[in-house]
Amino acid sequence: MKAIYALYPDGQSAQQGVNRLRQAGIADADITILSGQPIEEHEFGERDKATWMWWIACGGGLIGMAIAFGLAWVSEMSWPINVGGLPTFAWWPNLIIIFELTMLGAIIATVITLIVTARLGRGGGALYDPAVSDGKILVGVENPAEARMDALAQALGAPPGAEVRRI
Amino acid sequence: MSQVPHAAPPPERLTADLLRPVLFTSWRFYVLALVPGIFVVAGLVSWLSQMFFGFGISGIRWPVYWGFYVTNFVFWIGISHAGTLISAILRLVNAGWRRPVTRCAEVITVFALMIGAMFPLIHLGRPWLAFWLIPYPSERLIWPNFRSPLVWDFFAINTYLTGSLLFLFLPMIPDFAVVRDRTTGLRHRIYRVLALGWRGTPKQWHRLETAMQIMAIAIIPVAVSVHTIVSFDFSMAPVPMWQTTIFGPYFVAGAIFSGIAALLIAMAALRRFLHLEDYLLPIHFENLGKLLLVMALLWGYFVFNERLVTYYGNGPAEMAVFWQTQREAYSPLFWTMVLGNFVLPLILMGIRPFRTITGCVIASIGVVIGMWLERYLIIVPSLGHKYLPYSYGSYAPQPVEIVITVATFAAMTLLYVLFAKTVPIISIWELKGGGHGAASVAPAVPELGPSAGHEGRS
Repeated sequence: MKAIYALYPDGQSAQQGVNRLRQAGIADADITILSGQPIEEHEFGERDKATWMWWIACGGGLIGMAIAFGLAWVSEMSWPINVGGLPTFAWWPNLIIIFELTMLGAIIATVITLIVTARLGRGGGALYDPAVSDGKILVGVENPAEARMDALAQALGAPPGAEVRRI
Repeated sequence: MSQVPHAAPPPERLTADLLRPVLFTSWRFYVLALVPGIFVVAGLVSWLSQMFFGFGISGIRWPVYWGFYVTNFVFWIGISHAGTLISAILRLVNAGWRRPVTRCAEVITVFALMIGAMFPLIHLGRPWLAFWLIPYPSERLIWPNFRSPLVWDFFAINTYLTGSLLFLFLPMIPDFAVVRDRTTGLRHRIYRVLALGWRGTPKQWHRLETAMQIMAIAIIPVAVSVHTIVSFDFSMAPVPMWQTTIFGPYFVAGAIFSGIAALLIAMAALRRFLHLEDYLLPIHFENLGKLLLVMALLWGYFVFNERLVTYYGNGPAEMAVFWQTQREAYSPLFWTMVLGNFVLPLILMGIRPFRTITGCVIASIGVVIGMWLERYLIIVPSLGHKYLPYSYGSYAPQPVEIVITVATFAAMTLLYVLFAKTVPIISIWELKGGGHGAASVAPAVPELGPSAGHEGRS
């Protein structure tokens, strides 16, 4: 993979780097931003915020609820036992099982959504620099056109404290 | 509460400080691992001997079929409420001071649940038959009885354990990436796998934070349900002083109470042994100490309710248990429990000069002992004095039970030491996120008592 990027000491200069890349004609989707912590006080940190995760969690909860209901129904009807005169399929005690599996479904759906949408567990090859974990903010472009390298280096290097690198 | 700025250590020092225990190993680690390790081995040998010689070597016999093992089960499930529940509540209310505390707390939950969940297996006598509790279509089509509180325990504890493990693991991913970037060789490869390819894109941060919010919302009712269901193990049975509607909230309050106490002890130990004085500040102990005080009052309120209603009802079976605990055979344990759970925290956490780190630790040790005794006093006197005198009996714990009980405390210590050696015990990214580039804000504690000066900064 070929890439050009800059490491910035703080969010403000990283924001300037992003703005200059935009001015240089790079689309937002082609700008890579990496940081060692969530950055919320700058515009670039607000990228990709919209998510369906809440709804997917609700869906997972519904699936868990359906599984719990089915499990309780099948097991109690398959082997009917008289427990203190309760009905074979007794709602009150079954609500406990249904509640637990509903929550478990929501939790598992949330984690799966996180793994899939945040692209966790994928192989390497993407732009990264260990300096990010030291607190630097990386702004760069992956696989840029060779003819634009100098213009991009100029744009990325303009903000204060920028350290431009190429791979 | 007023707010004053607290100068957070610079990010470079913060990372170095929090990674030091992971990257460097001192002789202290081996000592801290070896001593509890010996007790854990002794506990395992005792358990094996119980399997080999049979359950007769324990003190559990008619009519007291639940002794130390079920006491430990309820106690450890209660301790597990330290972490995930407290952490989830603090996350949802966005309490800034939670950042150094959450992971220390979440780890307690996971390990305490693992230890607690072992006791039904130990209590089974034949642990290899434990799978009978799992609902699966066996060849005889025999399913577990879904109307039994023991099966509810199975679902509740496994849901809570799964949720707590994930709740602990997800925010560790960015920290695994930090360790990955600073290690080489085999260790680098292990942390690379654990980091799941984390890079730190805005999308990854947003998804992680949203996931943590959802999980915090989901885990709070699950945590409450777990100890309510553990209380159902008792309150669903026609045994004197068990069949009461107050048991659900009483158990939940007690669990949070003992959980906070365990968290305070763990934090004080981490602060001392890992030199985290700049991160686990007196303010954290002060805030959790206040919470401990509130829970002590709540505990006292529940005990008063339970006792008064029993006393006023004047049922012969209930009163037999009542007097057994209050002024007969079990009274030393009962009043020790009251001292540890109520008097001690009320004095040490209620009077401000005593609300120091040392004061918090002393009160917490009292609460942990008191809460263990509470579980014991719920179980043993009631089972020994049921409705008809022919079923009266007593219980004397045998060496195998005592060794296994001690071993569980050692196991908790050992697991905690090993965890602190392999994972940054304070979340690096959350701490940086709370104070990076500016002074973080910590609530003011102008008077922390005489020892505050040498116990840490505020």
